[in-house]
Amino acid sequence: MTEESILGTVVVDIILFGLLAITAVEIARLRSLFGVVALSGVFSLLSAGLFVTLDAVDVAFTEAAVGAGVSTVLMLGALSLTTQRERIPSHTALLPFFVVVVTGSVLIYGTLDVPAFGDPKAPVHTHVAPEYIEGSAEVIDVPNVVTSVLASYRGFDTLGETVVIFTAGVAVIAMLGSGLRRRKNGQQK
Amino acid sequence: MFGAVAAAILVTMLLAIIRLALGPVLYDRVLAANTFGTATVLLIAVLGYMNGRPDFLDIALLYALVNFVGTLAILKFSRYGRLGDELPDSEQNLQGEKD
Repeated sequence: MTEESILGTVVVDIILFGLLAITAVEIARLRSLFGVVALSGVFSLLSAGLFVTLDAVDVAFTEAAVGAGVSTVLMLGALSLTTQRERIPSHTALLPFFVVVVTGSVLIYGTLDVPAFGDPKAPVHTHVAPEYIEGSAEVIDVPNVVTSVLASYRGFDTLGETVVIFTAGVAVIAMLGSGLRRRKNGQQK
Repeated sequence: MFGAVAAAILVTMLLAIIRLALGPVLYDRVLAANTFGTATVLLIAVLGYMNGRPDFLDIALLYALVNFVGTLAILKFSRYGRLGDELPDSEQNLQGEKD
């Protein structure tokens, strides 16, 4: 990477973060629920773009597919069961705003002693990562290091995640299936 | 060169967000959301070339597919007012309304 392109990426990062903040404020401000759904899709596309500029391409994949794709569809499904506009709340939003500000400042305080982005001496780069990077070509024989870590070095972890997702899928199908059957029986009567 | 393109795409994104927030009609929002998705695809492709990694194009393609699914869902929702089941019924309802 040349110095110029690094500078360009940083500028793009800052602008993307600015757009993210604008989108978040608009989501809180808007009363049209359809607009909120579309804006939350925009929010997750923006964060996916940020992940891409941070070279976390696999995370960006997931964010775009789940956040912008599936959850937009699910939110629209939920929207068809409710009204188009949000009711104006009777109480003021001061307490939630206070909680958000406090939580946000604690989170920002937590980032203060995090090592700088891309720092080669950061703990995460000195623990087992060098072994993975040097060894995966010979030990696992998979060209992509991320794949070899997910599917081999941490194979049991990934298996556990897959089991959890499979269980959730089975549970959802069981619930949806029984609902459909009941409705069909009701129509026949 | 790529920097200028990226800047133009980012401005497009900002304009799309403004249109999404202002509305006022549903179709403004549908168009703005679709435009934003397209701008994201383009931005990822341009960033790939800017950093000398054109293999980002594959990711941009996947984003285009996701965006397509989202737009289809939005259009279906705005036409029928619902998603998924009982669509044939609601089509009959729509035709009934026309008559």
